[in-house]
Amino acid sequence: MGIESLIEKISDKGQEGFAGIWEDEHQFVEAARKTREAGVEGFEAISPFPLHGIDEAMGIPRSFIPWVTFFAGLTGCAFGLWFTWWTSAVDWPIIIAGKPMWSLPAFIPVVFELTILFGALSSVGALIAICGLPKVEPPVIDATLSSHRFALFVPKKAKGFDQQKLTDLFKQSGATEVKETRF
Amino acid sequence: MIKRTPLILGSKTYKDITDDICELVENWPPLRYFAGLMSAKFLFLFFILAQGAIVFKGMGLMGVNHPVGWGTDIVTFVFWIGIGHAGTLISAILFLFRQKWRTSIARTAEAMTVFAVMTAGLFPVLHTGRPWLAYWLLPYPNQRGPLWVNFRSPLVWDVFAVSTYATVSIVFWYIGMVPDLATIRDRAKNPWRKRIYGALSLGWRGTARNWNHYEMVYMLLAGLSTPLVLSVHSIVSFDFAVASLPGWHTTIFPPYFVAGAIFSGFAMVVTLMTIVRILVPKFKDYITLDHMEAMNKIIMATGMMVGYAYGSEFFIAWYSGVEYEQYAFLNRAFGPMAWSYWIMVTCNVFIPQVFWFKAVRRSIPLMFVVSIFVNIGMWFERFVITVTSLHRDFLPANWGEFHFTIFDAGALFGSFGLFLTLFLLYIRALPAISIAEVKPVLTYGKDGGHDGH
Repeated sequence: MGIESLIEKISDKGQEGFAGIWEDEHQFVEAARKTREAGVEGFEAISPFPLHGIDEAMGIPRSFIPWVTFFAGLTGCAFGLWFTWWTSAVDWPIIIAGKPMWSLPAFIPVVFELTILFGALSSVGALIAICGLPKVEPPVIDATLSSHRFALFVPKKAKGFDQQKLTDLFKQSGATEVKETRF
Repeated sequence: MIKRTPLILGSKTYKDITDDICELVENWPPLRYFAGLMSAKFLFLFFILAQGAIVFKGMGLMGVNHPVGWGTDIVTFVFWIGIGHAGTLISAILFLFRQKWRTSIARTAEAMTVFAVMTAGLFPVLHTGRPWLAYWLLPYPNQRGPLWVNFRSPLVWDVFAVSTYATVSIVFWYIGMVPDLATIRDRAKNPWRKRIYGALSLGWRGTARNWNHYEMVYMLLAGLSTPLVLSVHSIVSFDFAVASLPGWHTTIFPPYFVAGAIFSGFAMVVTLMTIVRILVPKFKDYITLDHMEAMNKIIMATGMMVGYAYGSEFFIAWYSGVEYEQYAFLNRAFGPMAWSYWIMVTCNVFIPQVFWFKAVRRSIPLMFVVSIFVNIGMWFERFVITVTSLHRDFLPANWGEFHFTIFDAGALFGSFGLFLTLFLLYIRALPAISIAEVKPVLTYGKDGGHDGH
């Protein structure tokens, strides 16, 4: 099997839907709000950078990743405490410089570093998992969406999908382009 | 109302920003880029030759001997780790403090951190003399007991601190770059460029839901990096401070090392940003004189902090009443290696004082010269701490000299070749300014700006 066909096989095909493209971010955020108010659910807003107010407009809740960080950090801390204790005081206790077998103050730097390491890597792992990354060659609505334009995408399966209504709504709120596409 | 100065000069649109930043990635670089890259690689050869010879023949080629058992390798390790700290300060700490000016220099500063830590990490490993056994530094199940590492040793703390710092810095740098890699992927005409940057971008698509989590993770990483970076140089200072040697055994070391690290790191940022401004003239609109001036102010402030530490050390040595401690400091300033002490004081305390003058703070050639002096001064600071403390301690048998050899020179100067080679390859291959991060601050300080709060 050639590399091309392999990539073709594992690549992300996305789903069919309808998209509008905006040039101005303020009109775009407003359009996202109207789309949501029109009863459409499960649509996506694609922007080249994070936008102020888009979360409120679309009703996206605050990210829960801090909880992942917190518990991963606790795990790292607990693992560090257990590991330094087990290796130094249980598995092969060796007296070094007359210090106690379990010398907690001396172990704190290692425990601290493991807390940070577990917290950081788990947060990034959670981000990658939640965003469904990595995606292999996912469909792109428009190449400018990672540079200077903004798009709303409504999948055909989404609740409240009505192409005619969406076309009117998008055009009225300042979309410069509307099209059927995959994403 | 006091007028804010814009963070990005010229009247640019979002598209202009994308075009400007992608230019060096997508086009054949100018001739001066190759001149720089070739010079860096040439210097890198010295590193390979010197360290290759040391690995092949042994540590005897370097200046270390009794009583100075820690020489150029350890001095240069501390130097490069310190350089890295300014990158994290800019990318993480200034982010948490909502300093919007940091956005256009954060990416390159973080890259500097990654390459400086990579360079630094080689030195202690090579200093062991048997780098092929470097994995003994890690606690892993082995057939000697298992014999675990000694977690009471600052050297083991250092292994954990530096490897955690390297890992988290690389992850922070890379995650910050993912949306920009997607931008380059979307612009790519060449199918291979599209594929390579597509793979590097992990297939990022920039939906609002993804941005929501992404911004949270970015903030979390900044929040985790902040205590991390302070811990790393504190732990590096423990390598010295936990020993009972006069000149090393002081409680001021952790904050003193952290201030020195930020000081030297900012000097290196100024050095590199000057090079970047020369290589890519378009970046002058993003890395403006205001940025350089802000960094020069930080250099002067932290320079005075290390100056205070130098004075404080002397005072405490006198105040402690311990004659060995007092002798260690008098020996530094007036002994056989006094020249290194006064190079340090001149470069770190006196020369940065020129930044009291606004004209100097805003002059690129002058700040470049000062930043080089600061880099020299901070290398000598670590030299003074390491070598002058070791070369005379309690016993006459422990009195001796340090002889800097040509292999020390090769390792030291060559490491700049390694660092600059990595840095120049980065400038060419990856977006050197965060495309997604500078767009939201585009209107800052300009009339009609929406986000100028």
